[in-house]
Amino acid sequence: MWSFILRRILLMVPTLMVVSVISFAIIEAPPGDFMDAYVNQLLQQQEAVDPAEIESLRKRYGLDAPTYVRYFRWLGNILQGNLGRSLEWNQPVSKLIADRLPWSMAISVASFLLAYALAIPIGLYSATRQYSIGDYLFTLIGFVGLATPNFLLALLILWYYFVATGNVAVGLFSDEYLVAPWSLAKFIDLLKHLWLPALVVGTAGTAGLIRVMRANLLDELERPYVMVARSKGLSEGKLLVKYPFRIAMNPVASTIGWTLPTLVNGELLASLVLGLPTVAPLFVGALLNQDMFLAGSVVMILSTLTLVGTLLSDIVLAWLDPRIRGAI
Amino acid sequence: MTAIEERVQPGNATLNAEEEDLSVATQWQLIRWKFVRHKVAVISLVVIAIFYLFAAFAEFLSPYDPANHDTDYMFMPPQRLRFFDEGKFQLRPFVYGMTSKMDENTFRTTWELDKTQKYPVKLFVRGDPYELWGLFEGNLHLVGVDEGTLFLIGTDKMGRDLLSRIIFGGRISLSVGLLGIAISFVIGVIMGGVSGYFGGVTDLVIQRIIEFLRSIPTLPLWMALSVALPPTWTVVQIYFGIVVILSLVGWTGLARVVRGKFMSLREEEYVMAAQLNGSNEARVIFKHMLPSFTSHIIASLTLSVPGMILGETALSFIGLGLQNPAISWGVLLKDAQRIIVLADSPWLLSPGLFVIIAILCFNFVGDGLRDAADPYSSI
Repeated sequence: MWSFILRRILLMVPTLMVVSVISFAIIEAPPGDFMDAYVNQLLQQQEAVDPAEIESLRKRYGLDAPTYVRYFRWLGNILQGNLGRSLEWNQPVSKLIADRLPWSMAISVASFLLAYALAIPIGLYSATRQYSIGDYLFTLIGFVGLATPNFLLALLILWYYFVATGNVAVGLFSDEYLVAPWSLAKFIDLLKHLWLPALVVGTAGTAGLIRVMRANLLDELERPYVMVARSKGLSEGKLLVKYPFRIAMNPVASTIGWTLPTLVNGELLASLVLGLPTVAPLFVGALLNQDMFLAGSVVMILSTLTLVGTLLSDIVLAWLDPRIRGAI
Repeated sequence: MTAIEERVQPGNATLNAEEEDLSVATQWQLIRWKFVRHKVAVISLVVIAIFYLFAAFAEFLSPYDPANHDTDYMFMPPQRLRFFDEGKFQLRPFVYGMTSKMDENTFRTTWELDKTQKYPVKLFVRGDPYELWGLFEGNLHLVGVDEGTLFLIGTDKMGRDLLSRIIFGGRISLSVGLLGIAISFVIGVIMGGVSGYFGGVTDLVIQRIIEFLRSIPTLPLWMALSVALPPTWTVVQIYFGIVVILSLVGWTGLARVVRGKFMSLREEEYVMAAQLNGSNEARVIFKHMLPSFTSHIIASLTLSVPGMILGETALSFIGLGLQNPAISWGVLLKDAQRIIVLADSPWLLSPGLFVIIAILCFNFVGDGLRDAADPYSSI
């Protein structure tokens, strides 16, 4: 088990390197650098632009060195926890992201838990009552859920929310708790607000999971051991939970790996539409303003977190199913 | 796509299907018979065909020019197609006109049905001039009204007909899917084929790349890449740029299918026979191995279209994909983003309905094809 974990972690090192290269490529990608955008902005406000000052600013931010030098300089900084400075916000990128990342993660984790909490019982129900009205209903809902873009669902919900309450943004807290220190009441207030974005983000994942769960369980229910257990007089409920359910859970657990990227995607879109103070609006703003240190860092952090999540899910999977330990 | 439609077109072939001997049927015949039994998939295929028909002949089939704006008709609600005038049935449908009233205090415009204005809807009406595919000039529209307006899904903030815009938007949104899978197909088949046929280190490297692309969130990557497109590009260039970005990340699913198939087929005797007969590798791959799983590839391609359509819609919706004056379903939905506007004009969300229908249908057709292409599932 330990050697599996070690090998799996070692495999992550090159992957993380690729992530860092891509993130840096994103920082470098737009034509022109931030100074060009800055100059444009000054010109638009009809302010004087001193070329010498711009040149010295360029030097100060290290924008004049060759690409590979800047990459390694950037990588070295990151390893020391310094993600650079957001030129637009004039604040350290790490602080900007640290302020908002917990909310993104809270929404992702909540939608993740919600997706599994909904999908497992529904999948169980659909498989044991195959071709019943409930099964058809859930299948239909699942298909529509898969086909509905997250942001559209978010828009619909926001629309109802606006008509019902008159607020244009859902927010994460009620007004009275916005600046209040953490307390149990504040936490409960957060949960009251969190379920909505979580539901929006979780639909597509839930729909996919129901299908996986249902198909796996149906396969297992046809196995001879189920018949044997039944013929020995085991009660239906006990039989289901004790054997086929546990085996059917393995593939479901293995889907965690590919659920995570969809969760991140969904969280981005849902937060944008619902106006939540997560990383998403920060990221889009950074992209539109070519504040590339911020944008690249967001890509880097989101990807790294997803990879770590996948790693954890792989470890859980290996713990559940010993056969997987030898696979890598 | 045309290839699929030709092959799975539900037609008279089904009638004598039972009579023909199963054992002499070709692979494609078997697939067609199985597909036709999947009723939902067949209906979905018809719907998709209609969608693409509308996208192809948008100029003729849309009632108006999508850019035709009129500030007199801003945010006009949908006009309902009616058959009953004061309780009297008439065969020719018609619409009532609408008059706008502005509240002097709030400056909010409200629309009211005006039953004194009655405009019969006619077929083949002369209307806004257009150039079909930039080749044929004309001004004939399938439906329209001689006088008054025909806004069946309402109008947007500039008084443009939303239905016409949705039809034209389909041209971009639906073709993104096709063009995207065409590119992913090339990358996916090459990468998957190389990986599965040669194995070894090549396989390991390509597998790592695929795993990597599948394990990082795609949307931030797409967003960042689309910002990197030069702002000086024209609409067409941006469109192709977006398609390339979508397919650079989207080929992995297909590559996996192809690799798995190559892995299993490599050991088959007919492949060894071909090799012993002196066929070169390209011939073995394309002539002998590829045809045996073309059907799987088509199914897998169909299932990856929705991801492309969703990707374009999401990017344009955020404002990082296509922009005005380009029309796609995502661009149209962007207008619905302002919730205060949306609350007054909910019909602005209707492009979303078309997105959902298109994706649902592609999923159903893909599922149907996958089941039909599996030789071991019972017919």
